[in-house]
Amino acid sequence: MFHRAIVAGSVQKNTRVRIGPLETRDDTARAGRVLEIIISRGVMAGENGGNTEYKEYEERRASPATLRPCHNHSLAHILPLKQAIQEMVRDGDIVALEGFTHLIPFAAGHEIIRQGRRNLTLIRMTPDLIYDQLIGCGCASKLVFSWGGNPGVGSLHRLRDAVEQSWPAPLALEENAHAGMAAAYAAGAAHLPFGILRGYVGTDLPKYNHVKFIECPFTGEKLAAIPAIRPDVTVIHAQKADRKGNVLIWGVVGVQKEAVLAAKRVVVTVEEIVDDLNAPPNSVVLPSWVIGAVSEVKGGAFPSYAQGYYPRNNAFYKQWDPIARERETFLAWMQKHVLGTKDFDEFKRSLEPAVSHV
Amino acid sequence: MSETKYTADEMMTIAASRMIRNGASCFVGIGLPSAAANLARLTHAPDTVLIYESGCIGTKPTVLPLSIGDGELSETADAVVSIPEIFAYWLQGGRIDLGFLGAAQIDRFANINTTVIGDYYKPSVRLPGAGGAPEIAASSKEVLITLRQNKRAFIEKLDFVTSGGYFTGGDSREKLKLPGKGPTAVITDLGVMTPDPVTKELTLTSIHPGITVERVIESTGWALKVAPQLSTSEAPTETELRVLRDLNERTARAHAGQA
Repeated sequence: MFHRAIVAGSVQKNTRVRIGPLETRDDTARAGRVLEIIISRGVMAGENGGNTEYKEYEERRASPATLRPCHNHSLAHILPLKQAIQEMVRDGDIVALEGFTHLIPFAAGHEIIRQGRRNLTLIRMTPDLIYDQLIGCGCASKLVFSWGGNPGVGSLHRLRDAVEQSWPAPLALEENAHAGMAAAYAAGAAHLPFGILRGYVGTDLPKYNHVKFIECPFTGEKLAAIPAIRPDVTVIHAQKADRKGNVLIWGVVGVQKEAVLAAKRVVVTVEEIVDDLNAPPNSVVLPSWVIGAVSEVKGGAFPSYAQGYYPRNNAFYKQWDPIARERETFLAWMQKHVLGTKDFDEFKRSLEPAVSHV
Repeated sequence: MSETKYTADEMMTIAASRMIRNGASCFVGIGLPSAAANLARLTHAPDTVLIYESGCIGTKPTVLPLSIGDGELSETADAVVSIPEIFAYWLQGGRIDLGFLGAAQIDRFANINTTVIGDYYKPSVRLPGAGGAPEIAASSKEVLITLRQNKRAFIEKLDFVTSGGYFTGGDSREKLKLPGKGPTAVITDLGVMTPDPVTKELTLTSIHPGITVERVIESTGWALKVAPQLSTSEAPTETELRVLRDLNERTARAHAGQA
């Protein structure tokens, strides 16, 4: 069901307008959709031709005034994951799937792969296996990251193959340190143009990324400035949402709150949707009205973990190494378990009996 | 007493663990540093505050984590904070006594490369990248580095400086006004190197039992300086070996399981 709305007054060129969800008089809005239109042409679709993606990324990131997030004080929609990804993630988007070791949104990443998204700029501090899969399946043209390995195991072979051999496509890198990414997300959440940190001094990283140095106006200390991260879409996994779409996260909370508040659109998958979050004061609760869509996907962070639900499947992380090492074994695995399955439940069933899932 | 047998890796981990003072706040990298730091906590340094970049402060894992953010770390922590907080308030805020890093490559001034081998845009080997290391190396009051010693790792000139040690030596680190004083020891499977007080060049100051100076020199990609008063590391004690092996066995059991 599409809600209709009248856009009153003038709308700036190249801005996006999210229409709906509208005032909820009944429960139908929960099954409704978020429709986003783009006034004018070219920004999303790259219709200007040529290598515009990088320039657009820079321009979009540098002009926060035109990039107000679509938080319109309406509630999140509770949608099936397939529909949430269809409506919220577009080809060419700047997409952040965050979750620092904990609560990595694997189910949502798989759905992006199934839907064949292309030309994405992927942002993530620790690309982990999910970005190895997205990159190896040709979804990404650029990666913004700060540590790209299989933790405790070794390389991300698909990431390396993309960088070293341009397979399956060339992958541009924008490389940071964790502290820089954290500052850039926090700046994005605050709608500040850049983050400040005591970092990068003397390293070679600023020769290859967008970090510049500034002088503290009070003490003269040399500090690093890093442009804010402003994703088109942030995707996270969390433990719980309530029926209004308020989201609760605990444990290693990483940079998810900042990534959500920095984004224009937000998709959250959760272990369960409950009547009452029973959230202790000061726990991380993301209010419904900063979130676009919430999808219930039990086990959706597998093989990473969801504290209170299931542990990290370290054995799977080790098994990924030989699967991803060669293109053929990787493609066969993706075909069998992700592209050849309809959703995350079927994905997990496809791993039986070799792998016990959560 | 009969001599206890041990491996070179065990010697390295034990030698590194001995460098950790009881009560120090220690920002720990994954892998070898994590093993050494936990061994220290389980032996001579029970009050060491272990901090992992996933935001876990004062963590006391019963098994070694495979990743920097395993549930084991948050469940046994005194506090779990966000990523922006751990880097801004705790690390850059100057609350870390000891940063403990691993490395893919290191040079004579204890600079670290974990980014690329070869040209940045056409690397022969793409390494994982920086992670938390550049700011750990800059802001911890003191830094320890541990890695296995060979000519692929100990090289004359790094293709990329990911994390700074003493840069070009001498007073070059001081000139950059980094908050921490820099690496105080590099612990390997062969011995221990410490920076010369003036030139800041890594100098072999201790070799592990059974290792010759020639072997250390042959395993180093530059003309390694050797301290005139070279000492020999104390062999692992039975307690150190038992605690380390128990820890490794518990860890292997925990991580094997079914995927």
